[in-house]
Amino acid sequence: MTDLLQAQTAGIPLPVPTPVSEPFWAGCAVGELRYQRCADCDHAEHDPAWACRRCGSRRLDWRVSAGRGVVETHTVVRRPQTPGFAVPYAVVIVGFDEGFRMLTNLVGCSAAEVRTGLPVRVTFRPVDGGDDGDDGDGGERTWLPYVEPRGDENGEIHG
Amino acid sequence: MSHPFRDVAIVAAHNTRQARRLEGHTPFSITLEAALGVLAESRVPVTEVDAIFSKHAAELIYALGIGPVWNSNNPGGIAGLLQAASLVATGLASTVLLADGGAGTYTERASTAPWTRPSNEFVAPFGLYTAAEFALIARTHMDRYGTTSEQLAEVAATIRNNGHVNPDAIYHGRGPYTVADILASRPIADPFHLLDCAMTSEGGCALIVTTHERAADLPGTPVYILGGGLDAIGPAYRHAPSWDLVGRGAGDNADVPNGYVGRRAARRAFATAGLGPADVDVAELYDPFSFEIIRQFEAFGFCGDGEGGDFVTGGRIGPDGEIPITTDGGLMSYSHGGGIVQLSQRVARGVHQLQKSCRTGQVADAKVALCSNGGAGALFTDVVLLGSEQP
Repeated sequence: MTDLLQAQTAGIPLPVPTPVSEPFWAGCAVGELRYQRCADCDHAEHDPAWACRRCGSRRLDWRVSAGRGVVETHTVVRRPQTPGFAVPYAVVIVGFDEGFRMLTNLVGCSAAEVRTGLPVRVTFRPVDGGDDGDDGDGGERTWLPYVEPRGDENGEIHG
Repeated sequence: MSHPFRDVAIVAAHNTRQARRLEGHTPFSITLEAALGVLAESRVPVTEVDAIFSKHAAELIYALGIGPVWNSNNPGGIAGLLQAASLVATGLASTVLLADGGAGTYTERASTAPWTRPSNEFVAPFGLYTAAEFALIARTHMDRYGTTSEQLAEVAATIRNNGHVNPDAIYHGRGPYTVADILASRPIADPFHLLDCAMTSEGGCALIVTTHERAADLPGTPVYILGGGLDAIGPAYRHAPSWDLVGRGAGDNADVPNGYVGRRAARRAFATAGLGPADVDVAELYDPFSFEIIRQFEAFGFCGDGEGGDFVTGGRIGPDGEIPITTDGGLMSYSHGGGIVQLSQRVARGVHQLQKSCRTGQVADAKVALCSNGGAGALFTDVVLLGSEQP
Protein backbone atom coordinates (compact mmCIF):
# COMPACT_ATOMS: atom_id res chain seq x y z
CA MET A 1 0.00 0.00 0.00
CA THR A 2 1.56 3.24 -1.12
CA ASP A 3 0.87 6.31 0.94
CA LEU A 4 1.48 8.80 -1.88
CA LEU A 5 -1.57 10.99 -2.29
CA GLN A 6 -2.50 11.24 -5.96
CA ALA A 7 -5.32 12.87 -7.86
CA GLN A 8 -8.19 10.62 -8.91
CA THR A 9 -8.29 10.05 -12.65
CA ALA A 10 -11.62 8.38 -13.50
CA GLY A 11 -14.60 6.48 -12.15
CA ILE A 12 -15.68 8.88 -9.41
CA PRO A 13 -18.86 10.94 -9.01
CA LEU A 14 -18.42 14.18 -10.92
CA PRO A 15 -20.06 17.57 -10.46
CA VAL A 16 -23.27 18.41 -12.26
CA PRO A 17 -23.16 22.21 -12.42
CA THR A 18 -26.23 24.23 -11.50
CA PRO A 19 -27.01 27.79 -12.59
CA VAL A 20 -25.32 29.15 -9.48
CA SER A 21 -22.25 26.90 -9.63
CA GLU A 22 -21.58 26.90 -13.37
CA PRO A 23 -19.12 29.85 -13.26
CA PHE A 24 -17.08 28.00 -10.62
CA TRP A 25 -16.69 24.84 -12.71
CA ALA A 26 -16.09 26.85 -15.88
CA GLY A 27 -13.24 28.54 -14.00
CA CYS A 28 -11.71 25.21 -13.07
CA ALA A 29 -11.62 24.24 -16.77
CA VAL A 30 -9.51 27.31 -17.56
CA GLY A 31 -7.28 27.12 -14.49
CA GLU A 32 -9.05 29.71 -12.37
CA LEU A 33 -10.23 29.17 -8.79
CA ARG A 34 -13.27 31.41 -8.69
CA TYR A 35 -15.14 32.52 -5.60
CA GLN A 36 -17.87 35.04 -4.83
CA ARG A 37 -17.40 38.33 -3.02
CA CYS A 38 -20.32 40.38 -1.76
CA ALA A 39 -20.42 43.85 -3.30
CA ASP A 40 -22.23 45.16 -0.23
CA CYS A 41 -20.43 43.65 2.77
CA ASP A 42 -17.19 42.28 1.22
CA HIS A 43 -17.86 38.73 2.51
CA ALA A 44 -16.02 36.01 0.55
CA GLU A 45 -18.12 32.87 -0.13
CA HIS A 46 -17.75 29.29 -1.30
CA ASP A 47 -19.76 27.09 -2.12
CA PRO A 48 -21.46 29.33 -4.69
CA ALA A 49 -24.50 31.03 -3.20
CA TRP A 50 -27.57 32.80 -4.57
CA ALA A 51 -27.39 35.48 -1.89
CA CYS A 52 -24.77 36.59 0.62
CA ARG A 53 -24.87 34.39 3.73
CA ARG A 54 -23.65 37.31 5.84
CA CYS A 55 -25.83 40.21 4.73
CA GLY A 56 -28.44 38.78 2.36
CA SER A 57 -27.36 40.87 -0.62
CA ARG A 58 -27.86 39.42 -4.08
CA ARG A 59 -24.89 41.40 -5.41
CA LEU A 60 -22.29 38.61 -5.38
CA ASP A 61 -19.41 39.15 -7.80
CA TRP A 62 -17.19 36.39 -9.13
CA ARG A 63 -13.49 36.89 -8.38
CA VAL A 64 -10.39 34.81 -9.10
CA SER A 65 -8.47 33.56 -6.08
CA ALA A 66 -4.68 33.55 -5.96
CA GLY A 67 -5.18 29.92 -4.96
CA ARG A 68 -3.08 30.06 -1.81
CA GLY A 69 -4.33 28.78 1.50
CA VAL A 70 -3.72 26.70 4.60
CA VAL A 71 -5.08 23.30 5.65
CA GLU A 72 -7.54 23.85 8.51
CA THR A 73 -8.49 20.23 9.11
CA HIS A 74 -7.90 16.89 7.40
CA THR A 75 -8.51 13.15 7.25
CA VAL A 76 -6.70 10.45 5.32
CA VAL A 77 -9.34 8.08 3.97
CA ARG A 78 -8.48 4.39 3.52
CA ARG A 79 -12.00 2.96 3.15
CA PRO A 80 -13.25 4.81 0.06
CA GLN A 81 -16.68 6.31 -0.51
CA THR A 82 -17.08 4.06 -3.56
CA PRO A 83 -14.71 1.54 -5.20
CA GLY A 84 -14.01 4.13 -7.90
CA PHE A 85 -11.72 6.06 -5.57
CA ALA A 86 -8.05 5.10 -5.34
CA VAL A 87 -6.89 5.02 -1.71
CA PRO A 88 -5.53 6.55 0.30
CA TYR A 89 -6.88 10.00 -0.37
CA ALA A 90 -6.76 13.02 1.91
CA VAL A 91 -9.85 15.16 2.45
CA VAL A 92 -8.98 18.65 3.64
CA ILE A 93 -10.77 21.89 4.38
CA VAL A 94 -8.59 24.77 3.19
CA GLY A 95 -8.88 28.38 4.30
CA PHE A 96 -7.83 30.53 1.33
CA ASP A 97 -6.08 33.88 1.70
CA GLU A 98 -9.14 35.72 0.34
CA GLY A 99 -11.23 34.51 3.29
CA PHE A 100 -13.30 31.62 1.92
CA ARG A 101 -13.07 27.92 2.73
CA MET A 102 -13.15 25.01 0.31
CA LEU A 103 -13.33 21.26 0.84
CA THR A 104 -11.04 19.33 -1.50
CA ASN A 105 -8.34 16.65 -1.68
CA LEU A 106 -4.66 17.19 -0.94
CA VAL A 107 -2.30 15.63 -3.49
CA GLY A 108 1.42 15.64 -4.20
CA CYS A 109 2.73 14.50 -0.84
CA SER A 110 2.60 11.43 1.37
CA ALA A 111 -0.18 10.69 3.84
CA ALA A 112 2.30 11.21 6.66
CA GLU A 113 2.85 14.82 5.58
CA VAL A 114 -0.79 15.84 5.94
CA ARG A 115 -1.18 18.27 8.82
CA THR A 116 -3.22 21.19 10.03
CA GLY A 117 -1.49 24.43 9.09
CA LEU A 118 0.15 23.03 5.94
CA PRO A 119 0.50 25.81 3.33
CA VAL A 120 -1.08 24.71 0.04
CA ARG A 121 -1.91 26.01 -3.41
CA VAL A 122 -4.63 25.02 -5.81
CA THR A 123 -3.87 22.62 -8.67
CA PHE A 124 -6.39 21.60 -11.32
CA ARG A 125 -6.49 17.96 -12.41
CA PRO A 126 -8.55 16.29 -15.15
CA VAL A 127 -10.88 13.42 -14.32
CA ASP A 128 -12.36 11.33 -17.09
CA GLY A 129 -16.05 10.68 -17.53
CA GLY A 130 -18.61 9.91 -14.93
CA ASP A 131 -19.82 6.76 -13.23
CA ASP A 132 -23.37 7.14 -14.44
CA GLY A 133 -23.51 4.84 -17.45
CA ASP A 134 -24.73 5.58 -20.93
CA ASP A 135 -25.77 9.18 -20.89
CA GLY A 136 -23.12 10.14 -23.40
CA ASP A 137 -20.70 12.00 -21.14
CA GLY A 138 -18.30 9.08 -20.80
CA GLY A 139 -15.61 10.64 -22.94
CA GLU A 140 -15.63 14.08 -21.34
CA ARG A 141 -13.16 15.50 -18.87
CA THR A 142 -13.90 17.45 -15.75
CA TRP A 143 -11.27 19.60 -14.07
CA LEU A 144 -11.33 19.32 -10.29
CA PRO A 145 -9.66 21.83 -7.96
CA TYR A 146 -7.25 19.95 -5.71
CA VAL A 147 -4.53 21.42 -3.49
CA GLU A 148 -0.86 20.55 -3.17
CA PRO A 149 1.79 21.62 -0.68
CA ARG A 150 3.67 24.81 -1.51
CA GLY A 151 7.16 24.53 -0.17
CA ASP A 152 8.01 28.23 -0.46
CA GLU A 153 6.96 29.08 3.07
CA ASN A 154 8.65 26.31 4.97
CA GLY A 155 11.70 25.54 2.86
CA GLU A 156 10.41 22.26 1.49
CA ILE A 157 10.42 21.27 -2.15
CA HIS A 158 7.57 19.22 -3.51
CA GLY A 159 7.46 17.74 -6.99
CA MET B 1 -46.88 29.22 33.91
CA SER B 2 -47.41 25.51 33.67
CA HIS B 3 -44.99 23.38 31.69
CA PRO B 4 -45.81 23.32 27.94
CA PHE B 5 -45.77 19.51 27.85
CA ARG B 6 -47.41 18.93 31.24
CA ASP B 7 -50.35 17.13 29.68
CA VAL B 8 -48.34 15.09 27.14
CA ALA B 9 -47.01 11.56 27.70
CA ILE B 10 -45.07 8.94 25.79
CA VAL B 11 -46.81 5.66 26.60
CA ALA B 12 -44.85 3.13 24.57
CA ALA B 13 -41.66 2.70 22.56
CA HIS B 14 -41.22 -0.43 20.48
CA ASN B 15 -38.33 -1.87 18.49
CA THR B 16 -38.81 -4.61 15.91
CA ARG B 17 -36.19 -7.29 15.65
CA GLN B 18 -32.95 -5.72 14.44
CA ALA B 19 -30.45 -7.50 12.21
CA ARG B 20 -27.71 -6.84 9.71
CA ARG B 21 -30.25 -7.95 7.10
CA LEU B 22 -33.96 -8.63 7.53
CA GLU B 23 -34.72 -10.82 4.53
CA GLY B 24 -37.97 -10.06 2.78
CA HIS B 25 -38.47 -6.64 4.35
CA THR B 26 -38.70 -3.28 2.64
CA PRO B 27 -38.39 0.12 4.32
CA PHE B 28 -42.19 0.30 4.43
CA SER B 29 -42.85 -3.23 5.67
CA ILE B 30 -40.46 -2.90 8.62
CA THR B 31 -41.97 0.50 9.43
CA LEU B 32 -45.41 -1.09 9.45
CA GLU B 33 -44.08 -3.86 11.73
CA ALA B 34 -42.88 -1.21 14.15
CA ALA B 35 -46.23 0.60 14.02
CA LEU B 36 -48.23 -2.56 14.67
CA GLY B 37 -45.83 -3.52 17.44
CA VAL B 38 -46.14 -0.27 19.33
CA LEU B 39 -49.92 -0.25 18.97
CA ALA B 40 -50.12 -3.76 20.44
CA GLU B 41 -47.74 -2.93 23.26
CA SER B 42 -49.48 0.32 24.18
CA ARG B 43 -53.00 -1.16 23.93
CA VAL B 44 -54.01 1.98 22.04
CA PRO B 45 -56.73 1.08 19.49
CA VAL B 46 -55.49 2.08 16.06
CA THR B 47 -58.67 4.08 15.51
CA GLU B 48 -57.59 6.47 18.28
CA VAL B 49 -54.51 7.54 16.32
CA ASP B 50 -55.19 10.91 14.73
CA ALA B 51 -51.69 11.86 13.51
CA ILE B 52 -48.80 9.90 12.02
CA PHE B 53 -45.17 10.98 11.86
CA SER B 54 -43.08 8.86 9.50
CA LYS B 55 -41.09 8.93 6.31
CA HIS B 56 -43.95 6.66 5.18
CA ALA B 57 -46.78 8.53 6.92
CA ALA B 58 -49.24 8.58 4.04
CA GLU B 59 -48.65 4.91 3.23
CA LEU B 60 -49.11 3.98 6.90
CA ILE B 61 -52.36 5.93 7.14
CA TYR B 62 -53.65 4.02 4.13
CA ALA B 63 -52.29 0.62 5.20
CA LEU B 64 -53.71 0.93 8.71
CA GLY B 65 -57.02 2.06 7.23
CA ILE B 66 -57.40 4.98 9.61
CA GLY B 67 -57.76 8.13 7.51
CA PRO B 68 -58.57 10.92 7.51
CA VAL B 69 -55.84 11.85 10.02
CA TRP B 70 -52.96 14.32 10.23
CA ASN B 71 -50.12 13.33 7.87
CA SER B 72 -46.73 14.57 9.05
CA ASN B 73 -44.29 13.30 6.51
CA ASN B 74 -40.75 12.51 7.56
CA PRO B 75 -39.50 14.06 10.82
CA GLY B 76 -38.66 11.17 13.09
CA GLY B 77 -36.38 11.00 16.08
CA ILE B 78 -36.29 13.95 18.43
CA ALA B 79 -37.56 16.33 15.74
CA GLY B 80 -40.63 14.18 15.27
CA LEU B 81 -41.15 13.68 18.99
CA LEU B 82 -41.06 17.39 19.84
CA GLN B 83 -43.39 18.26 16.98
CA ALA B 84 -45.76 15.42 17.86
CA ALA B 85 -45.77 16.56 21.49
CA SER B 86 -46.57 20.09 20.31
CA LEU B 87 -49.60 18.78 18.40
CA VAL B 88 -50.87 17.04 21.50
CA ALA B 89 -50.09 20.00 23.79
CA THR B 90 -52.02 22.37 21.54
CA GLY B 91 -54.90 20.00 20.90
CA LEU B 92 -54.24 19.72 17.17
CA ALA B 93 -54.00 15.96 17.71
CA SER B 94 -54.63 13.70 20.67
CA THR B 95 -52.73 10.49 19.91
CA VAL B 96 -49.70 10.45 17.61
CA LEU B 97 -47.99 7.38 16.16
CA LEU B 98 -44.33 7.84 15.16
CA ALA B 99 -42.84 4.99 13.17
CA ASP B 100 -39.79 4.47 11.00
CA GLY B 101 -37.59 1.70 9.73
CA GLY B 102 -34.91 0.73 7.25
CA ALA B 103 -34.42 -2.47 5.26
CA GLY B 104 -33.20 -3.61 1.90
CA THR B 105 -31.58 -0.38 0.74
CA TYR B 106 -27.90 -1.06 1.45
CA THR B 107 -27.00 -3.72 -1.09
CA GLU B 108 -23.79 -2.50 -2.75
CA ARG B 109 -21.40 -3.33 0.04
CA ALA B 110 -18.25 -2.23 -1.80
CA SER B 111 -19.48 1.34 -1.38
CA THR B 112 -20.44 3.09 1.83
CA ALA B 113 -24.15 3.11 2.73
CA PRO B 114 -26.21 5.21 0.31
CA TRP B 115 -27.62 7.49 3.02
CA THR B 116 -24.06 8.44 4.02
CA ARG B 117 -23.09 9.89 0.64
CA PRO B 118 -25.63 12.22 -0.92
CA SER B 119 -24.57 13.28 -4.39
CA ASN B 120 -23.49 16.88 -4.23
CA GLU B 121 -21.06 18.64 -6.50
CA PHE B 122 -18.90 20.14 -3.72
CA VAL B 123 -18.40 17.00 -1.63
CA ALA B 124 -19.03 13.85 -3.71
CA PRO B 125 -16.10 14.32 -6.17
CA PHE B 126 -13.72 14.54 -3.20
CA GLY B 127 -14.71 11.19 -1.73
CA LEU B 128 -16.76 12.45 1.16
CA TYR B 129 -19.03 10.27 3.25
CA THR B 130 -20.01 10.34 6.88
CA ALA B 131 -16.84 8.92 8.43
CA ALA B 132 -14.73 11.54 6.65
CA GLU B 133 -17.15 14.35 7.52
CA PHE B 134 -17.05 13.51 11.23
CA ALA B 135 -13.28 12.92 11.08
CA LEU B 136 -12.75 16.50 9.93
CA ILE B 137 -14.58 17.70 13.04
CA ALA B 138 -12.70 15.33 15.36
CA ARG B 139 -9.33 16.42 13.96
CA THR B 140 -10.00 20.05 14.81
CA HIS B 141 -10.73 19.12 18.41
CA MET B 142 -7.59 16.98 18.64
CA ASP B 143 -5.49 19.81 17.19
CA ARG B 144 -6.89 22.44 19.55
CA TYR B 145 -7.24 20.53 22.79
CA GLY B 146 -4.89 17.56 22.55
CA THR B 147 -7.73 15.03 22.55
CA THR B 148 -6.29 11.56 21.89
CA SER B 149 -7.21 8.48 19.89
CA GLU B 150 -7.18 6.56 23.19
CA GLN B 151 -9.92 8.84 24.54
CA LEU B 152 -11.99 8.26 21.41
CA ALA B 153 -11.39 4.53 21.77
CA GLU B 154 -12.60 4.54 25.37
CA VAL B 155 -15.93 5.92 24.15
CA ALA B 156 -16.19 3.23 21.47
CA ALA B 157 -15.24 0.44 23.87
CA THR B 158 -17.79 1.62 26.43
CA ILE B 159 -20.67 1.73 23.96
CA ARG B 160 -19.70 -1.53 22.27
CA ASN B 161 -19.48 -3.25 25.63
CA ASN B 162 -23.02 -2.04 26.40
CA GLY B 163 -24.10 -3.81 23.23
CA HIS B 164 -21.97 -6.87 23.96
CA VAL B 165 -24.08 -7.68 27.02
CA ASN B 166 -27.44 -6.71 25.47
CA PRO B 167 -29.22 -9.76 23.98
CA ASP B 168 -31.26 -7.45 21.73
CA ALA B 169 -28.16 -5.84 20.19
CA ILE B 170 -27.08 -7.03 16.76
CA TYR B 171 -23.49 -7.24 18.01
CA HIS B 172 -24.45 -9.03 21.24
CA GLY B 173 -21.55 -11.21 22.34
CA ARG B 174 -19.00 -9.61 20.02
CA GLY B 175 -16.92 -8.20 22.88
CA PRO B 176 -15.80 -7.32 25.40
CA TYR B 177 -13.60 -4.63 23.91
CA THR B 178 -10.60 -2.80 25.30
CA VAL B 179 -9.16 0.52 24.15
CA ALA B 180 -6.39 -1.48 22.48
CA ASP B 181 -8.95 -3.51 20.52
CA ILE B 182 -10.51 -0.35 19.10
CA LEU B 183 -7.10 1.09 18.15
CA ALA B 184 -6.09 -2.19 16.50
CA SER B 185 -9.08 -2.26 14.15
CA ARG B 186 -8.44 -1.23 10.57
CA PRO B 187 -8.15 2.46 9.70
CA ILE B 188 -11.16 4.00 7.94
CA ALA B 189 -10.68 7.78 7.91
CA ASP B 190 -8.21 9.02 10.51
CA PRO B 191 -8.59 9.39 13.43
CA PHE B 192 -11.35 6.78 13.08
CA HIS B 193 -10.76 3.05 13.07
CA LEU B 194 -13.47 0.61 12.06
CA LEU B 195 -14.63 0.20 15.66
CA ASP B 196 -14.90 3.98 16.15
CA CYS B 197 -17.70 3.97 13.57
CA ALA B 198 -21.38 3.05 13.62
CA MET B 199 -22.49 -0.19 11.99
CA THR B 200 -25.16 -0.53 9.32
CA SER B 201 -28.21 -2.71 9.84
CA GLU B 202 -31.96 -3.00 9.42
CA GLY B 203 -34.93 -2.62 11.74
CA GLY B 204 -37.85 -0.50 12.84
CA CYS B 205 -38.84 1.63 15.82
CA ALA B 206 -42.09 3.32 16.84
CA LEU B 207 -43.46 5.50 19.64
CA ILE B 208 -46.90 6.57 20.84
CA VAL B 209 -47.46 10.07 22.22
CA THR B 210 -50.81 10.92 23.76
CA THR B 211 -52.38 12.97 26.53
CA HIS B 212 -51.55 12.54 30.20
CA GLU B 213 -55.24 11.92 30.78
CA ARG B 214 -55.38 9.08 28.24
CA ALA B 215 -52.11 7.63 29.53
CA ALA B 216 -53.69 7.10 32.95
CA ASP B 217 -55.93 4.39 31.43
CA LEU B 218 -53.12 2.59 29.56
CA PRO B 219 -50.82 -0.11 30.94
CA GLY B 220 -47.52 1.53 29.94
CA THR B 221 -45.60 3.64 32.45
CA PRO B 222 -45.91 7.21 31.11
CA VAL B 223 -42.75 9.12 30.30
CA TYR B 224 -42.75 12.92 30.07
CA ILE B 225 -41.01 15.46 27.88
CA LEU B 226 -39.23 17.94 30.13
CA GLY B 227 -37.65 20.07 27.40
CA GLY B 228 -35.95 19.94 24.05
CA GLY B 229 -34.54 21.78 21.12
CA LEU B 230 -33.49 21.33 17.51
CA ASP B 231 -30.22 22.83 16.24
CA ALA B 232 -29.47 22.88 12.51
CA ILE B 233 -26.83 24.91 10.75
CA GLY B 234 -27.37 23.56 7.22
CA PRO B 235 -28.17 20.46 5.17
CA ALA B 236 -26.21 17.34 6.05
CA TYR B 237 -23.33 16.27 3.82
CA ARG B 238 -23.51 19.01 1.20
CA HIS B 239 -21.13 21.66 2.56
CA ALA B 240 -17.69 21.51 4.15
CA PRO B 241 -18.27 20.53 7.81
CA SER B 242 -15.91 23.08 9.30
CA TRP B 243 -15.84 23.32 13.09
CA ASP B 244 -15.85 27.12 12.69
CA LEU B 245 -18.80 27.35 10.30
CA VAL B 246 -21.12 29.95 11.83
CA GLY B 247 -24.48 31.47 11.09
CA ARG B 248 -25.22 35.15 11.43
CA GLY B 249 -26.06 34.55 15.08
CA ALA B 250 -28.52 36.12 17.45
CA GLY B 251 -29.71 35.45 20.98
CA ASP B 252 -28.74 32.06 22.29
CA ASN B 253 -27.02 30.91 19.09
CA ALA B 254 -24.67 33.88 18.73
CA ASP B 255 -21.73 31.97 20.20
CA VAL B 256 -22.43 28.51 18.73
CA PRO B 257 -20.24 27.46 15.77
CA ASN B 258 -20.93 24.18 13.97
CA GLY B 259 -18.41 22.49 16.27
CA TYR B 260 -20.81 23.08 19.14
CA VAL B 261 -24.08 22.61 17.28
CA GLY B 262 -26.58 21.31 19.84
CA ARG B 263 -25.48 23.79 22.52
CA ARG B 264 -28.41 26.09 21.87
CA ALA B 265 -30.78 23.10 21.83
CA ALA B 266 -29.41 21.85 25.16
CA ARG B 267 -29.68 25.29 26.75
CA ARG B 268 -33.31 25.47 25.71
CA ALA B 269 -34.01 21.94 26.88
CA PHE B 270 -32.51 22.54 30.32
CA ALA B 271 -34.19 25.94 30.65
CA THR B 272 -37.64 24.51 29.88
CA ALA B 273 -37.01 21.63 32.27
CA GLY B 274 -35.59 23.83 35.03
CA LEU B 275 -32.69 21.38 35.24
CA GLY B 276 -28.96 21.26 34.53
CA PRO B 277 -26.52 18.60 33.34
CA ALA B 278 -25.94 17.40 36.91
CA ASP B 279 -29.60 16.33 37.07
CA VAL B 280 -29.28 13.88 34.16
CA ASP B 281 -29.22 10.23 35.29
CA VAL B 282 -28.58 8.61 31.89
CA ALA B 283 -27.48 10.05 28.53
CA GLU B 284 -28.75 8.18 25.48
CA LEU B 285 -26.30 9.96 23.20
CA TYR B 286 -26.29 9.53 19.43
CA ASP B 287 -23.08 7.72 18.52
CA PRO B 288 -22.35 7.76 14.78
CA PHE B 289 -18.62 8.03 15.62
CA SER B 290 -16.71 7.83 18.90
CA PHE B 291 -15.57 11.45 18.94
CA GLU B 292 -19.13 12.73 18.69
CA ILE B 293 -19.76 11.74 22.34
CA ILE B 294 -16.86 13.91 23.52
CA ARG B 295 -18.17 16.84 21.51
CA GLN B 296 -21.71 16.44 22.77
CA PHE B 297 -20.67 16.45 26.44
CA GLU B 298 -19.00 19.82 25.81
CA ALA B 299 -21.81 21.21 23.65
CA PHE B 300 -24.45 20.22 26.23
CA GLY B 301 -22.54 21.76 29.15
CA PHE B 302 -21.51 18.63 31.05
CA CYS B 303 -17.91 19.90 30.95
CA GLY B 304 -15.98 22.86 29.60
CA ASP B 305 -14.80 23.36 26.03
CA GLY B 306 -11.85 21.08 25.35
CA GLU B 307 -12.46 19.00 28.48
CA GLY B 308 -14.52 16.26 26.85
CA GLY B 309 -11.58 13.94 26.24
CA ASP B 310 -10.78 13.79 29.95
CA PHE B 311 -14.47 13.74 30.86
CA VAL B 312 -15.14 10.43 29.08
CA THR B 313 -12.23 8.55 30.64
CA GLY B 314 -11.88 6.75 33.94
CA GLY B 315 -15.21 4.93 33.83
CA ARG B 316 -17.43 8.01 34.19
CA ILE B 317 -19.57 7.04 31.14
CA GLY B 318 -19.66 3.30 31.85
CA PRO B 319 -22.68 1.38 33.13
CA ASP B 320 -21.70 1.98 36.76
CA GLY B 321 -20.35 5.47 36.19
CA GLU B 322 -21.56 8.91 37.08
CA ILE B 323 -23.30 9.37 33.69
CA PRO B 324 -23.92 6.13 31.78
CA ILE B 325 -24.23 6.64 28.00
CA THR B 326 -25.91 4.89 25.10
CA THR B 327 -26.87 1.95 27.27
CA ASP B 328 -28.21 -0.43 24.60
CA GLY B 329 -25.05 -0.31 22.48
CA GLY B 330 -26.30 2.46 20.22
CA LEU B 331 -25.50 2.84 16.54
CA MET B 332 -22.21 1.03 17.07
CA SER B 333 -23.59 -2.22 18.46
CA TYR B 334 -27.38 -2.20 18.95
CA SER B 335 -28.55 -1.12 15.47
CA HIS B 336 -28.27 1.57 12.79
CA GLY B 337 -31.03 1.07 10.26
CA GLY B 338 -30.51 4.03 7.98
CA GLY B 339 -31.65 7.60 7.73
CA ILE B 340 -34.15 7.99 10.55
CA VAL B 341 -34.93 4.88 12.61
CA GLN B 342 -31.76 5.05 14.67
CA LEU B 343 -32.65 8.63 15.61
CA SER B 344 -35.91 7.37 17.11
CA GLN B 345 -34.10 4.53 18.87
CA ARG B 346 -32.20 6.99 21.09
CA VAL B 347 -35.57 8.29 22.27
CA ALA B 348 -36.93 4.76 22.65
CA ARG B 349 -34.02 3.77 24.88
CA GLY B 350 -34.53 6.86 27.01
CA VAL B 351 -38.19 5.89 27.40
CA HIS B 352 -37.26 2.33 28.36
CA GLN B 353 -34.74 3.58 30.93
CA LEU B 354 -37.42 5.68 32.62
CA GLN B 355 -39.95 2.85 32.37
CA LYS B 356 -37.32 0.64 34.07
CA SER B 357 -37.79 -1.98 31.35
CA CYS B 358 -34.22 -2.36 30.04
CA ARG B 359 -33.08 -5.99 30.02
CA THR B 360 -29.47 -4.86 30.44
CA GLY B 361 -27.87 -1.57 31.35
CA GLN B 362 -30.83 -0.39 33.41
CA VAL B 363 -29.79 2.68 35.40
CA ALA B 364 -31.28 2.25 38.86
CA ASP B 365 -33.65 5.03 39.90
CA ALA B 366 -33.31 6.82 36.56
CA LYS B 367 -35.60 9.86 36.66
CA VAL B 368 -34.13 12.09 33.94
CA ALA B 369 -32.76 10.94 30.58
CA LEU B 370 -31.10 13.13 27.97
CA CYS B 371 -31.38 11.86 24.40
CA SER B 372 -29.56 13.32 21.39
CA ASN B 373 -29.60 13.00 17.59
CA GLY B 374 -27.20 14.12 14.91
CA GLY B 375 -23.69 15.54 15.11
CA ALA B 376 -21.41 18.29 13.89
CA GLY B 377 -20.34 16.25 10.86
CA ALA B 378 -23.98 16.42 9.75
CA LEU B 379 -24.54 20.09 10.69
CA PHE B 380 -27.34 19.38 13.17
CA THR B 381 -27.85 18.16 16.72
CA ASP B 382 -31.18 17.73 18.49
CA VAL B 383 -31.76 17.25 22.22
CA VAL B 384 -34.65 16.09 24.37
CA LEU B 385 -34.90 15.65 28.12
CA LEU B 386 -37.28 12.92 29.26
CA GLY B 387 -38.57 12.49 32.81
CA SER B 388 -40.35 9.87 34.86
CA GLU B 389 -42.39 12.52 36.69
CA GLN B 390 -44.99 14.85 35.25
CA PRO B 391 -43.43 18.32 34.84
